[in-house]
Amino acid sequence: MAEESKPSEKPEIKQPDAGTPPAPKSVSAAASPAAPKPAPPPPKPPPAVQLPLDNELVRRYRERFGAAILDAVEDRKQPYLVIDSAQLHEIARYSRDEEKLDLLEDYTAVDWPRREKRFDLVAILYSFPHNIRLRLKIPVALGEHPASIVDIWPTANWLEREIFDMFGIEFSGHPGLKRILLPDEWQGYPLRKDYDILQQDTAWVRENLGIDSGQ
Amino acid sequence: MADTVQEDATQKNGTLLGADELVLNMGPQHPSTHGVLRVKLKIDGERVRGTECVIGYLHRGVEKIAENRTYQQFAPYVDRMDYVAAISNGLGYCETVEKLLNVEAPARARVIRTILTELQRIASHLIWLGTHALDIGALTPLFYCLREREEILKIFEKYCGARLTTHAFRIGGLQYEAYDGFEKDVERFCKDFERRIQEYVDLLTGNSIWIGRTRNVGVLSAADCIALGASGPILRASGVKWDLRKAQPYAAYDQYKFEIPVGTNGDTYDRYMVRMEELRQSRLICLQAIENIPTGPILGKVGKVLKPPAGEIYHSIEAPKGILGYYIVSDGTTQPYRVRIRPPSFVNLQAFDKMVRGHLVADVVAIIGTLDIVLGEVDR
Repeated sequence: MAEESKPSEKPEIKQPDAGTPPAPKSVSAAASPAAPKPAPPPPKPPPAVQLPLDNELVRRYRERFGAAILDAVEDRKQPYLVIDSAQLHEIARYSRDEEKLDLLEDYTAVDWPRREKRFDLVAILYSFPHNIRLRLKIPVALGEHPASIVDIWPTANWLEREIFDMFGIEFSGHPGLKRILLPDEWQGYPLRKDYDILQQDTAWVRENLGIDSGQ
Repeated sequence: MADTVQEDATQKNGTLLGADELVLNMGPQHPSTHGVLRVKLKIDGERVRGTECVIGYLHRGVEKIAENRTYQQFAPYVDRMDYVAAISNGLGYCETVEKLLNVEAPARARVIRTILTELQRIASHLIWLGTHALDIGALTPLFYCLREREEILKIFEKYCGARLTTHAFRIGGLQYEAYDGFEKDVERFCKDFERRIQEYVDLLTGNSIWIGRTRNVGVLSAADCIALGASGPILRASGVKWDLRKAQPYAAYDQYKFEIPVGTNGDTYDRYMVRMEELRQSRLICLQAIENIPTGPILGKVGKVLKPPAGEIYHSIEAPKGILGYYIVSDGTTQPYRVRIRPPSFVNLQAFDKMVRGHLVADVVAIIGTLDIVLGEVDR
């Protein structure tokens, strides 16, 4: 599944510029009187949901961090920035202090096994004064140690532990990085794509539960 | 600032005990931890010096299951997270997938959703009130609260056949049309409920034991709440007038008038007062909503097979316990590529350590109660 998704996702981020939304509309308008057959295209246009974003906010980020802002995209009217993991800590601090994105609403990860940088860390920020949300996406390679942001948002403590628990991403500078939902001795990271839904740490289950399988 | 540094230092050396300190294990099988929460308390006499929460006993891997189910198949699973507020979970999930698909539920569906969700908020708060008071030693409110909750569950049962894990909504609108007499039932409940709230108030609000056990217990400042991500009534009790139903309205909340109650001290008593006022406000929303339920379809135009275009969405709602968020990544297939659920209980529980330090062991129970956690949601 992951293999299929990767190619389909990448081009779409770049494409919308080419003016995909207006084009199919004109096709359907022209075609509908002729024959009902070409009607199927109309449901297709919505896929142009990712648009490059360039507003005040993004410009401020770009001005400040330059090349560390790898991309700025609007997906279904929700903005996100793709940022360089090396600058994660500085960008996080800037977001909280200067942009007043004061709440780290959620912090999670997505696994893309076929990508060069396997994981996307996703931080969802909310600003109480401005009532806006911004997502930061941080591509992280396997074995990389992104900086912990617990000192900026204490709420990241458990959220980073959960990311570590489920994806095996280790944060440098975290005050006590250990598993949170699974047992401490558990082997494997369940939310990685190569971890099957029926997979389990059989040795742990046998030793601690006294059964062969929890399934 | 110096305060936090010091705290971090103690947390790091959690296993190193001072001469007078000992570690007390509370839970996971303890009635007042509201489920399977285990807390390790480092205590000095009766004073709590540090804590560590051990969670995960109810972990079922809901997010992994989501990646292996279609969008519709996963909907009933979300009911099993916060199982005392299943309808709120369902609303959040359905709305998120709708946003991912770029469809909107019809007006009638949105209003009925709002009514049911507000009833669910009342039911959830009643469970909180009854058990919280019970933990502190007031036995009576529990019976009263469950009596009123029963009326709400009867409405749910009449509506969709289920009482607890309802799966009441469908992606795109509603699964079922409201039954005959739905408005009457809701109205009867709401009319009666005003008197019932007064009963709880008579029992607790001015009760000197209640005040003694809750005033200045587990104080959180507004800045602490935001830093720790604590949301919902906890945030409001600390004086932040913020509610997602007002800040970023969803369902039909923009059509109704209601107040956001706030506290001043951010202690357990204020959180009690905020939730009591929320009961009244939810009742008012229900009464406004049943006055004028629009007619029309209850299900929007959604296909039988859902294939949202590749991309991602984040949507959050004000669940009874705080911000409930869903982050869904679609790869264009019928199954979500990734579903992340931001559970309010999990994040709120993180504030526990901050709230409990320096208090007595007996206050631990009050503070777990005031956090209003559901372990099904903490562990997922």
